[in-house]
Amino acid sequence: MTHAESLPAWAAILVSLLLLLGAGLGLVGAIGLLRLRNFYERIHAPTLGTTLGIGSILLASMLFFTVLQSRPVLHEVLIAVFMVLTTPVTLMLLARAALYRDRREGSAEVPRSTTGEG
Amino acid sequence: MTAMILSWSVFLAQVMLALAMGCAVWRVAVGPRAQDRVLALDTFYVLAAMLLLVFGIRTGSVVYFEAALVIALLGFVATAALSKFLMRGEVIE
Repeated sequence: MTHAESLPAWAAILVSLLLLLGAGLGLVGAIGLLRLRNFYERIHAPTLGTTLGIGSILLASMLFFTVLQSRPVLHEVLIAVFMVLTTPVTLMLLARAALYRDRREGSAEVPRSTTGEG
Repeated sequence: MTAMILSWSVFLAQVMLALAMGCAVWRVAVGPRAQDRVLALDTFYVLAAMLLLVFGIRTGSVVYFEAALVIALLGFVATAALSKFLMRGEVIE
């Protein structure tokens, strides 16, 4: 990491804190994916990593390259906007698919459908 | 000094993300059901994008950003298609 010596101290400390926060949230989400008991509890855990986790790592990357190249580097916003748009869509689709499958099997863990379908 | 702080925190972040990816791989392998595997695969994609961004900070090159963007795009498409498959039994009707 030879390029890192040119970084001022405040930027290095801020980038380090944001990196550790993001990676820690990703790890906590993945541990939750392992430890929680059923699917409907588990689907909540990884969203820690997909919202604030990747958000703070993107902020760290933006800050790092902006200070290093002394010009605004903002293309990481693309990933942030994309994750914010797609994470709820995919997880809602997945939860609906799981609910449909559980109801089809007549599982006692999920509530019955009130509209009669599925 | 600042370079040492930064390189240590980058290393720790990489270790934590690798552990998290290990947890996700374990959930893909164990299951127990198909929807758990799809959820773990989605988590794995996001963690891979985060790990690539950390690699970009470590090497100081902007190339890794594009790889992370492509992974984020493909992860969304893969998870959407797999949920459709779980719901209907086929992807294109």
